[in-house]
Amino acid sequence: MQTPAPVGYAKATSVSDALALLKKHGEDSRIVAGGHSLIPMMRLRIAAPEALIDINDVAELKGISIEGNEIVIGAMVRHAEVLSSPILFEHYAIFREAEKLIADPIVRNRGTIGGSMCQADPSEDLSAVGAALKGTVVIQSESGTRTVALRDFHEGPYMTKVAQSEILTQVRFPIRPGAGSAYEKVERRVGDWPVASAGTFVVVKDGLVADCGIGLTAVGAEHFCAPEAEAFLIGKEPTEENLSAAAQLAADSCNPFSDQRGPADYKKHLAHELTLRALRRSAAASQGA
Amino acid sequence: MQITLTVNGTEYTRDVEPRMLLVHFIRDELLLRGTHWGCDTSNCGTCTLWVDGEPVKSCTMLAVMADGRAIRTVEGLANGAELDPIQQGFIECHGLQCGFCTPGMMMTGRWLLDNNPNPSEGEIRECISGQICRCTGYKNIVSAIQWAAEHPATSEVTS
Repeated sequence: MQTPAPVGYAKATSVSDALALLKKHGEDSRIVAGGHSLIPMMRLRIAAPEALIDINDVAELKGISIEGNEIVIGAMVRHAEVLSSPILFEHYAIFREAEKLIADPIVRNRGTIGGSMCQADPSEDLSAVGAALKGTVVIQSESGTRTVALRDFHEGPYMTKVAQSEILTQVRFPIRPGAGSAYEKVERRVGDWPVASAGTFVVVKDGLVADCGIGLTAVGAEHFCAPEAEAFLIGKEPTEENLSAAAQLAADSCNPFSDQRGPADYKKHLAHELTLRALRRSAAASQGA
Repeated sequence: MQITLTVNGTEYTRDVEPRMLLVHFIRDELLLRGTHWGCDTSNCGTCTLWVDGEPVKSCTMLAVMADGRAIRTVEGLANGAELDPIQQGFIECHGLQCGFCTPGMMMTGRWLLDNNPNPSEGEIRECISGQICRCTGYKNIVSAIQWAAEHPATSEVTS
């Protein structure tokens, strides 16, 4: 039987309440959202926070909306809501495609987008989606809020720009009219972490790639993205040859390591193949196919 | 700390350690042992119960996080002596061998049918994809859920 170490607990009623509780309970207190990473880690005693600040009832962290030219997703929005959101699907099919492959329906009822971002697992699917779409996160502290690009958010495996005294409150994505997007993942079994995943968006205008984004996870892509491959593709025709060359640049920029999910050269092969498949489908969707 | 929650329509108040997992609270504090406790790693899904109408793996939620919420367990499926169609389906289709995964499978199956009364086989398989049958009796579990879809209850059971 795995039981967490003794821990304190407080339920926050608002973001400012949660920030005050973080301060009160000190350096070893942690925010708990869906708890589907933190609680297993606590059971395994990999994590032993002194206190948990529960933000499940914080209404201002919920909901998906559009503000100006951006989609705003509250940190407490659960995977199931990301999967079924008509707003997200209208603008970016990548969300539904990625979410269908994250864990299982029961886990998706609890896990949240904010929790996934803050857990910062090097194989997190939503990190690839966030990097591909060049999203941002809003981080709040008692002294105010700041916005950080998702491509600048991760400091390393399981480490982010969110400080102990701060809370991630929103994840935001720019709306790009005419964008097509797609997600491709290879997993060992249904609901598993990826062996490799790639997500992309492409905007094709007048027959040329006007904008694009490439995100990769589980393959050692720095900041989950491949900017050189994107730069190569911009201004070019979305031909098979160009898409494949871009996918190769993306794969070349990855630095995967061999583990129980597969050898490094296989993961590198997947990085190319999955990026190419995602780019193909994104470009086709952008052209109305 | 003291928590108050509703389980299958009955309100309970207990004093618990914050580190107690919901599955242990249900089994060891309330003595409702229909909810099984399996893998401990959020993978097997036998501990699945409903929290505010949605299935949750109760080994991955603290009891204190369920304070004030409405829980439904496998004991809350039947309406008195009348079995829920999902339970009857498992009988009709031999949906269990050892029975260990059954409570979680039934709670997920009931939820699926409440939201999608006529699921395809693929939708059923996807819905139970977070649950493991150690007897590998998936075919009959899918048949049991299909049976329940074809035989909806005449009176709505509420938790």
